[in-house]
Amino acid sequence: MMKTVRIVLLAAVAVVGGAILLAWPRADFVPASSPAAWAATPANIARGAYLARAGDCIACHTARGGVAYAGGRALDTPFGRFYGPNLTPDRATGIGAWSADDFWNALHNGIAPNGRLLYPAFPYTNYTKVTRADADALYAYFRSLPPQRQANRPHAIRFPYDQQALLAGWRLLYFRPAEYTPQPARSASWNRGAYLVEGLGHCSACHSTRNSLGAADGALAGGMIPTLGWYAPSLTANREAGLGDWSDAHIVALLGTGISPRGAATGPMAEVVARSLQYLTPDDLGAMAGYLKSLAATSAGAQPASAAAPAAEQVLAEGGRIYAAQCAACHGDDGKGRMPAYPPLAGNRAVTLTPAVNAIRMTVNGGFPPGTRGNPRPYGMPPFGHELDDAEVAAVLTWIRASWGNAGAPVTATEVNRYRAVSLD
Amino acid sequence: MMSQDFRWPVAALFCAATSVASAAPQPVPDTLTQRLLACATCHARVDARGNPVNDSFYPRIGGKPAGYLYHQLRNFQDGRRHYPVMTYLTEHLPDAYLREIAAHFAAQVPTVLPPTPMNLSPAQRERGRQLVHEGDRGRAIPACIACHGARLTGAQPAIPGLLGLPRDYVNAQFGAWRNGVRRAHAPDCMGQVAARLSPDDVAAVSGWLAAQPMPSDPRPADAVARPLPIACGSAP
Repeated sequence: MMKTVRIVLLAAVAVVGGAILLAWPRADFVPASSPAAWAATPANIARGAYLARAGDCIACHTARGGVAYAGGRALDTPFGRFYGPNLTPDRATGIGAWSADDFWNALHNGIAPNGRLLYPAFPYTNYTKVTRADADALYAYFRSLPPQRQANRPHAIRFPYDQQALLAGWRLLYFRPAEYTPQPARSASWNRGAYLVEGLGHCSACHSTRNSLGAADGALAGGMIPTLGWYAPSLTANREAGLGDWSDAHIVALLGTGISPRGAATGPMAEVVARSLQYLTPDDLGAMAGYLKSLAATSAGAQPASAAAPAAEQVLAEGGRIYAAQCAACHGDDGKGRMPAYPPLAGNRAVTLTPAVNAIRMTVNGGFPPGTRGNPRPYGMPPFGHELDDAEVAAVLTWIRASWGNAGAPVTATEVNRYRAVSLD
Repeated sequence: MMSQDFRWPVAALFCAATSVASAAPQPVPDTLTQRLLACATCHARVDARGNPVNDSFYPRIGGKPAGYLYHQLRNFQDGRRHYPVMTYLTEHLPDAYLREIAAHFAAQVPTVLPPTPMNLSPAQRERGRQLVHEGDRGRAIPACIACHGARLTGAQPAIPGLLGLPRDYVNAQFGAWRNGVRRAHAPDCMGQVAARLSPDDVAAVSGWLAAQPMPSDPRPADAVARPLPIACGSAP
């Protein structure tokens, strides 16, 4: 009897193991076209520098106040804290000993030169779409940086997420290495936009919903950014919550300058514009806008809850009083704002979305749009966290979300309190 | 770089947008005062009667030396000072704008603020006066006036004045220096001074300073005698 059980168990293990081996995301090797592709020529380095900006590599691979690309920035996730590693060509602590193939293998397959599987906090689920030629240019650029000796900080990941076997299972479920495949039926510009948005731009890292294992669904239908406490809105054609009624020119202005007649880049998006998107060419931004506009509307993600119970008259009256006293001078009695300084609040999805987290945090903390070449001296919004208590912030936002045709659900003091406490650091 | 030189047609875009909207009443003033309302709301607060508020969390910045203000903006941006809202607000502002912001507030005349009553024992009061005017040679603590000026109003281009600061703000800064959450360019002179002061010394200095009336001309001195008694990376 015991023998039979043992045989059955062994067979089951063999079947499961075989299935895993068969389905294992094998390293997908594409050779460099020639060593000239990653040679330290000015052309390769300049192209790589541009691509590094398109990928916003600097954001995770540079500590606050630290040497560019020498690593050390903490990235908090529900699974623990990751530290971006050193990308400068120091042999001991950076990528000085890496070959162009090693670099490709990390970017495309998510595998380190020593064979360890990399955590998808490094968004190789997107970067795998980068072409070998672009990966080689990136390699040439990083190799051209001054080497900085700065040891990598070990990640602080909670058990069991620190187990490589578990990561192998995750990759089995959620990762297939594959370069971007151009769609011949679409224009070159559309394909360029798709390549940038889905690949280096890794927009889905924030603008998609993540499941309990941290895998983004890639639908760009919006999602709460784990641990940061900001909502990344939908980029699909959804009219209320997405980009459906944005013109291409407005999308390009937001991405390239941080401001647009529809609203300003705030929170984590301000960083993306400041460090990455403002440096892209108008052609590339136009391609990204065109691709995003072509995404079909989805019903997923945040929606204005027009069916929600209306707010109490008293709350609305209080909110209207606060608006007149604190907000109208800049945003106008009509809620239309005064661009390019002050964004409209009427019809602004950052204001009307549910969850109202972005509107709450902007009211409490204020903020500047990113200073960019197109808007180098931005107008700022004062923080109101010390002027207005939770109930007052809730009242004024409830009033704004119900005025000028806006149809956002009422905001409660409890919500305000929850997001007031989220660290800005 | 392949993307260096192109100009965004933003102005044209917004002109077009506002003419369609046509509800914008008047153009927003193109002044730093208007652009920097986010700073003034805390650092130039007035109460309901229009009197200046001197809050322990938000020091008044009008009239401080431009070099000092610029360094603080950079310190918040680069993580040498820790105050999350300030880091958040300054994080994505270009260096040229930070210099402009510093110059804008530096060009103002400091508000003359009333002193707060001295609530120190006679011994503490004498210790405070001694540290400010003479320092403590035995512990290598220079006198405050040696750098911050005989009138304690600071000195151009980068040394801040010490009068008109709330006592609790000064206490908090010494605590931050001691805990390493307020740092400056090396050599970090105030970090060294803070490490040599006892908590009682800090209380004596902050209480004594807060009780001093500001001079009728509260502006920073044009210069201070060099060399300074201690090397300062942010006031070289």
